[in-house]
Formats: sequence, C-alpha cells, structure tokens
Amino acid sequence: MSSSPPPAAPATAPQAAVESPEVARQGTQKLLKYLVIAVPYLWLLAFFLAPFLIVLKISLVEVRVAMPPYSELITFVEDGWIAFHGSLENYLWLWDDPLYINSYLSSLKIAATSTVLTLLVGYPIAYGMARAPRRWRFALLMLVILPFWTSFLIRVYAWIGILKKEGLLNLALTHLGLISEPLTILNTDIAVYIGIVYSYLPFMVLPLYANLEKMDLSLLEAAADLGCRPIKAFWVVTVPLSMTGIVAGCFLVFIPAVGEFVIPDLLGGSETLMIGKTLWTEFFNNRDWPVSSAVAVILLLVLIIPIVLFQRQQQRSAEAEA
Amino acid sequence: MRQGLTWFNIASLLLGFLFLYLPIALLIIYSFNESRLVTVWAGFSTKWYAEMLQNQGLLNAGWVTLKVAFTSSCFATVLGTMAGLIMSRFGSFHGRTLFSGMIYAPLVMPEVITGLSLLLMFVAVALDRGFVTVTLAHITFSMCYVAVVVQSRLAGFDRSIEEAAMDLGCPPGRTFFQITLPIIAPAVVAGWLLSFTLSLDDLVIASFTTGPGATTLPMKIYSQVRLGVTPEINAVCTILVGLVATGVLTASLITRRQEMRREAEERQAIANS
Amino acid sequence: MSGAGTASNQARSGSSAARQRWAPWEDPNEKPHVRIVGVTKRFGDFVAVDNVSLDIYKREFFSLLGPSGCGKTTLLRMLAGFETPSEGQILLEGEDMSGVPPYERPVNMMFQSYALFPHMSVEKNIAFGLKQDRVPKAEIDRRVAEVIEMVQLGQFAKRKPHQLSGGQKQRVALARSLVKKPKMLLLDEPLGALDKNLRTQTQFELMNIQEETGITFVIVTHDQEEAMTVSSRIAVMDHGRIVQVSTPGELYEAPLTRYVADFIGEVNILEGRGAQREGDHLVLQCPDAGCAIQTGPYAEDGGDESLWIALRPEKVRISKEPPADSSRNCMTGEVWDIGYLGNLSTYHVKLDSGKMITATQANMARLIERPITWEDRVYLTWAPDAAVVLRD
Repeated sequence: MSSSPPPAAPATAPQAAVESPEVARQGTQKLLKYLVIAVPYLWLLAFFLAPFLIVLKISLVEVRVAMPPYSELITFVEDGWIAFHGSLENYLWLWDDPLYINSYLSSLKIAATSTVLTLLVGYPIAYGMARAPRRWRFALLMLVILPFWTSFLIRVYAWIGILKKEGLLNLALTHLGLISEPLTILNTDIAVYIGIVYSYLPFMVLPLYANLEKMDLSLLEAAADLGCRPIKAFWVVTVPLSMTGIVAGCFLVFIPAVGEFVIPDLLGGSETLMIGKTLWTEFFNNRDWPVSSAVAVILLLVLIIPIVLFQRQQQRSAEAEA
Repeated sequence: MRQGLTWFNIASLLLGFLFLYLPIALLIIYSFNESRLVTVWAGFSTKWYAEMLQNQGLLNAGWVTLKVAFTSSCFATVLGTMAGLIMSRFGSFHGRTLFSGMIYAPLVMPEVITGLSLLLMFVAVALDRGFVTVTLAHITFSMCYVAVVVQSRLAGFDRSIEEAAMDLGCPPGRTFFQITLPIIAPAVVAGWLLSFTLSLDDLVIASFTTGPGATTLPMKIYSQVRLGVTPEINAVCTILVGLVATGVLTASLITRRQEMRREAEERQAIANS
Repeated sequence: MSGAGTASNQARSGSSAARQRWAPWEDPNEKPHVRIVGVTKRFGDFVAVDNVSLDIYKREFFSLLGPSGCGKTTLLRMLAGFETPSEGQILLEGEDMSGVPPYERPVNMMFQSYALFPHMSVEKNIAFGLKQDRVPKAEIDRRVAEVIEMVQLGQFAKRKPHQLSGGQKQRVALARSLVKKPKMLLLDEPLGALDKNLRTQTQFELMNIQEETGITFVIVTHDQEEAMTVSSRIAVMDHGRIVQVSTPGELYEAPLTRYVADFIGEVNILEGRGAQREGDHLVLQCPDAGCAIQTGPYAEDGGDESLWIALRPEKVRISKEPPADSSRNCMTGEVWDIGYLGNLSTYHVKLDSGKMITATQANMARLIERPITWEDRVYLTWAPDAAVVLRD
C-alpha cells in the first residue's frame, strides 16, 4: 500500500558536493536558453521597438533646416538640468489642415470598399476551389499562391498598361464596339480599387478556401434532405459556417490596404488621397520629418483597433479548434 | 452535391484565374514586342532584353538587390527560426508578450511606417545609409515572417518526439540540431525563400532606408515606371517573375512529390500489416 | 521470497497463482525500487497530482489506472523528468531525482504517440539512445540487433517510421526504450493506438518481454481490462489522488470505495443503515433491497452512518423459486430487460423499491429453453461473502 511514511530528509552535505558539476551543467543549459532568447529579442528591440519610439519622439519636435532636420526633444543645460522641448504642435497641425483628416478618412473608405469588392470576387473562387475534385486542389492552390510570391510592384505596374487611355482595355472595348470614346480609368479611384482587389485577392481567397475546404458536405445534404433548396442552403449553412474565414480574409485585406502607398501612387490620380501616399510626400517632397512622424503615429492608432480585433478573432478561432 | 462542380463554380474559377493571370501574361507578351508603343503589336523581338543588358544602372541595381536579398534572407532565417522556436517551445518567460507582439506587429504594420521608423533610427545613431541599412531593415521584417512559418510548423509536429530524444539521453541543444531542425527543415527553407522574395520585391522600406550607391531594382523600376510604361521594364519584370515563379514552383513541386510518396508508403504499410 | 532470481522463475512459470505469490510489497525487508513521497504537481491553480505517495518494487509491472485527467500521465512525466514536482520527492534506488533532467535519468519512456524520429530508419531510431551515451559502435550494433530480434522487426530495420503499420511502430518504440536497459521503463498508454485484437495479443507480448528483461515497468492506462491483465499491482487514481493500490484480484474482489468498485467492472451498489455486528461481519438494513444484508468479513463497526455495499452482477443468482430464508440476502423484483450476450445473459431486475439491479448468468441452456423471461417475478440471492462493504 501507499501508506509508507515519508523518509527523513536525506543527508544533504555529501550529496551537494557530488551534485555540483550537475548543477553547473544545468546552469549552462539555462544560460544557453537565455542566449537563444536574447539574440532575436535584442534584435527586435533595436530594430523594431527603438525605431518606433524615435518616431514618437520626433513627432513631438519641430522641423529645422539642418541635418538631421528636426530639433532636439531633450537638451542638457548647465547644472545637470535637462530641458524638455516637446509639443503637440504637429498633431494640432494635422487636425487643422483638412488634407490629413481627408487622407485618413479617404484611406479608410477606399480600404473598406475594396475589401468588400475583394470578398465578392474572392468568395466564388474559394468556393469553386473547395468544391473542385481533390486531385485539382493542389494545382488550384498553387495558382492562387503564385501571384502572392511575385513582385507586388510588378503586378501593379502591369495594370498601368491595361488601364491607360490608350491601353489594352480601352483598345479591346473599342474593337468590340462597346465604347466609342476611350474611358478614363487610370489615375482615378476606380483604378485604385482594381489594384487593391487584384493585389490582395490571395489574402482573401486563402483563408476562405481553408475554411470552406474543411466544411462537412453532409451538412448540405442534411439541409437538402430537410427541404432546403441549394441556393438557400448556401445562405443559411455555407455562409454562416465560413464566417471565420470571411472575417479573417477581410482583416487581411483591410489592414494593409489602409496604409497602402504603391497602388494609389501608381494607379490613383492627384485627387486620390491615401494616408500612405500623404506620408511619403510629406517625408520625401516636403522633408518635414516631424509632421510625417506624427502622421505615422496617428496611422498606427487608426490601425490598432482593427489589428486588435483581428488578433482576438484569430485567438478565438484557434481556441475553438483546440 | 458531393464534389461535382457546377457551371457557376467553373465560371468563377475561370474568370478568377483569368483576372489573376491576364495582366502578368500581357506584361510578359509585350516585353517581346518590337514596337516601343505598348498597345501596338509590331512583331516578336528580344531587343528589349538586349537593351536591358546594356543598361548599366539597371544591372547594378539588380546586383545590389540580389546581394541584399541573399544576405538578409540568410540572417532572417537564422533569427526567425530562433524566434519561432522561442514562441512555440520556450514556455513563458519575462517579456514574452512584448516579444510575440514585436514578431506579429511588423506583419501588419504599414510599410511606410516601418521604413520611416528605421530611417529615423539610422539617422539618430548616425549610421550611413546604404547596403548595410537596407539589409538590416530587410532582416528585421523578414525574420518575423520566418518566425511565423517556423512556429506553425513546430506547432504542427508532435512535441513528444523532442521529449523522446531527451529521454534517450540527448541534451536540449543537441536535440535541436539532431531532431528538431531536420524535421522543420522544409519550413526553414520556405522561410528563406519567403525572405528572399520579400527582399527582392520591397520598394517602400528600401526607399526609406537606402542611400546613394545602393539603389535596389524595385526602386529603379519604380522611378522608370513613373515616367511611363516601357518595354525594357517589361523585360526586367518578366525575368523577375520568371525567376521567382520557377523557384517557387520547383520548391513546391518537390515538397508535393515527397508528400505524395510518403502518403503512398504509409498506405502501403497499413495495407501490408 | 529471497531474491529476484526466484521471483522471475516463478513469474516465468506463467501461472497466475505463482505471480500472485510473488509479492515484495508484503515483505518488510524488501527495499522499494522507486519511492514517490508526498508528490504534488500544480499547474497554476489546477492540482494535477495531489500528495501522492507510492512504493514500486523491482521487476514489478505496475499500472496507474484512471480516467483521462486523473493525473496519471503527469505522475509518469514526473518519473521521466519532464515535469518537476511542486512538492515532494521521487527517489530511484534511494537517490533523489529532483533536479536531474530527463536526459540524465536512468529511466526511459515509451510515448503514447510512439514519438519515433521521422527522419531516421528503424535501426537509427533504436541506436539513438546508445549513441548519446557514446557506446562503442560494435556494441551498439550488437545490442540493436538483439532488441530488433526480440521485437521481431528484423526485416524492417532499414525502413522509415512512416513505412510501418501501427503495430510495427509500437514495437520500434518499445525496442528503442528497452535498448538502453533502463532501471525503469515508463509506458504511456502503450497500446492505446492499436485496434482491439492487436491490443490483446500485444498485452501478452509486453508481459513476456517484461519477464525476459526483468525491467520494472510502470504503465499508464485508462483501460481497466488492460491493467487487470498485465499488472502485478494497480494504483487507481482519481482527481490527482491515489484511491487504492492493490493486486488486480484484490481490486476486483475487495474494492475500497464506490469509485473503485464502479471503475473496475460492473457493480450494483446498495445503501445500508443500522449496522449490527455478528461475529466477523455486519448485518445491515437496506430499504432499497427490501431485506437485511449480511456482508462479507468487515473489521470496523458501521455505527449509525450509511454504508455502501457492492454486489457484482455475476455473483447474484436469479431464480423464480423463493429461497428457504428470504429475510436475508434476498431481493424480489420483476425482470425489466434482458441482454443476451451469447455466453452470458444480463438481467435488469426492477425491485419493488424501484431500484434496478443487474444480474448476469452463464447461459448453460439453449436460448429457446431459457426459463426466465420479461415481467417474470424473480428472487435474487447471493452468498454473504459477495456483499463487500465500501468505505465511501
């Protein structure tokens, strides 16, 4: 039986002497562990967190004609005193000048609209892939993933030749007799929508496909058996079950689209306002580093809500699977 | 209702893939156009490729890009593998939340912010901008992608395999090199490939962090594109797309082959028993 | 029982009587091989293992039995060194194991998932542990060949794990953990992934290998039949605690608690009051049964509190004729349901109090001639020894 009483505490003195090399070896293991943690940790602190804190700092100071082109936040004056020169002036400036607020709002609007469009384009593709015979699926998946690997810039560039006034789309439409005057698409918001849908389509299709592929098809048979027509079954069974895929796909498109620079710059017009482009202009053309830092800080604040929501949703679906 | 495709499914697949591939196909076709005008087909020619090879600026940029991509992807793979290992195997430690935050944040951070913040830091520490700074920047965001790829592979394999190695007398460090690394090797290779192409593609971060003498190919393409579409750029793009597509297709076909062989052998083993 | 030699000879003789006579745990002079002393393991607020003390002897085939989440696997992982006890000590041959990492313990484990290294052949998998100890190559080859022979995997030596069936993988895992000749082999649900037929066959192979090698086996299982078949002793666990440690026979015949009685085999449980001592046993009044119950031998006095009585279905006789004395150990009721299992029939009898009692009878006669049928009024009787008093 298990009723034996615990033995007296083992004599420790001689054992401790024997154990010391073992303890030393365990110390080495521990050191190794902390070393493995330290290398990437310090790297990210130095090249991710520190830079961001610098952005925060510079957003509080003034622009100056010098190198670097901004004033100091903290200066050391005599007697060990330090002087703090920060102000929220740059942020007030963003509030006063309608350009910035309009850029933020317009970015959100463009990102939201193109997310919906991407969903509308992506869902049928993902659905078709998930219902395709098993032996096709790998090839179809590769076809979706491949553009994701090829250069973003090149894929956006490819659309310029198509959407231009004398481009291939207008050429084709005129040939077919559908239009008499060439359409102006390039350098409008429509071109930006097309660019975003095109560039981010794999981000929408992949989570949707992963979700739809897992779906138990006998659920649809059960629905049919209970008298539900296929189209209705799609809306009341398939769509609700693929909700996690839809939400994940939408976040994956919306979040990067808000801060997009290349697409509005190459495909959009001068009146297309997007915050990424505004930041770029502020930095490279106006050389106002403090204001562009303030723009960056606000952009991040705007994005934090969807990012946090997205992470929550990911966590929840991971938990639901476990 | 089983697995048959309806006409609607087939149509949406066809249109979807047409949408995805037509623009790139046109770009490739027109790189072989005799005429400088993009919309007029004047016969097949490879003269733009020849012209591209004469363009010293373009070739220099290409060389810089390859060097940056190779260096940064190697470093990013090592750091990212370590980070993936930490997140899935090291349990909790002080500052773990911050660590995983710093791994995931760059994935969703707009490139303009990443680029701007890195530049401001390089200026603050008075590091001369050029090859080194671009490479550092690329290592930083690529390693996060590698970490996520490696982590998901680690999460997918049975942890007791590593425990078994330790149980049989293998200390943790050696277990990593003898057991863990060979098993996650496909993910590590995929992570390297991903880092390489991310670096090859990057325009925004490179524009912020580079300096004179280290113009990358995407920057070169971008500055020419702003001046208009040229067949020469089409030729460069065709080569880039061709390289990446070949690499990715080869890699995934090899993995696919191995998987299929493995599955067949597994079925065989069960059938024989 | 003087030495291990005699013990293994007796064990090898194969009769269960010989097995049962080998009982080092009853010998006060025998030193335990492993002592688990007051071990507790907490994960945050959750107590996975709660103050467990246990002695396991050399050459034992010891089972930790319980439902999933009862703490048996955690206890096994503490023996292997993958978890550190929050409190208490584990002593292997008198040596404290705390602070000794898994890769330095003279103990090996066979994992539930087998945990074979997917990138190594069967041979390499088995040789891995010996290589870690820098055993000379020639000796590695010899010992690997030896265990491969023992588990009959000769023709599969060059295969990779994914080219093996479940049963073959199980053998590789066993060979890999045996080849180092550990002081103790820990097996986590070793047969859980095998199908029913293979499992029974493998149980006996495991027993033979254990006898051949003389290694102490500690096995974790949730399958009570498996534990009953292979073990020298079984520890039944519930919510991190050990409820009873006994030989399989004792566990079945003399369960200490309702939990154990219920977990091992099928049982009818009756509540009795007003215990009266009569020689070495008690007599209880049992309103559910509608009669007085004379129990088997029981040392303690019941007092005024309720006591629980376990009655195994196969020990209940079912008859349409009333017994001579129907005031004691005799319940009456109506046949509610009959389950025909071929060799056995199970009768569910509804007593007058409304309580259901299960009785099983061997089917000596043909089905058609079965004398008892639905809605028959029947008498259930049993020998006094069959009624076992439970502690709670």
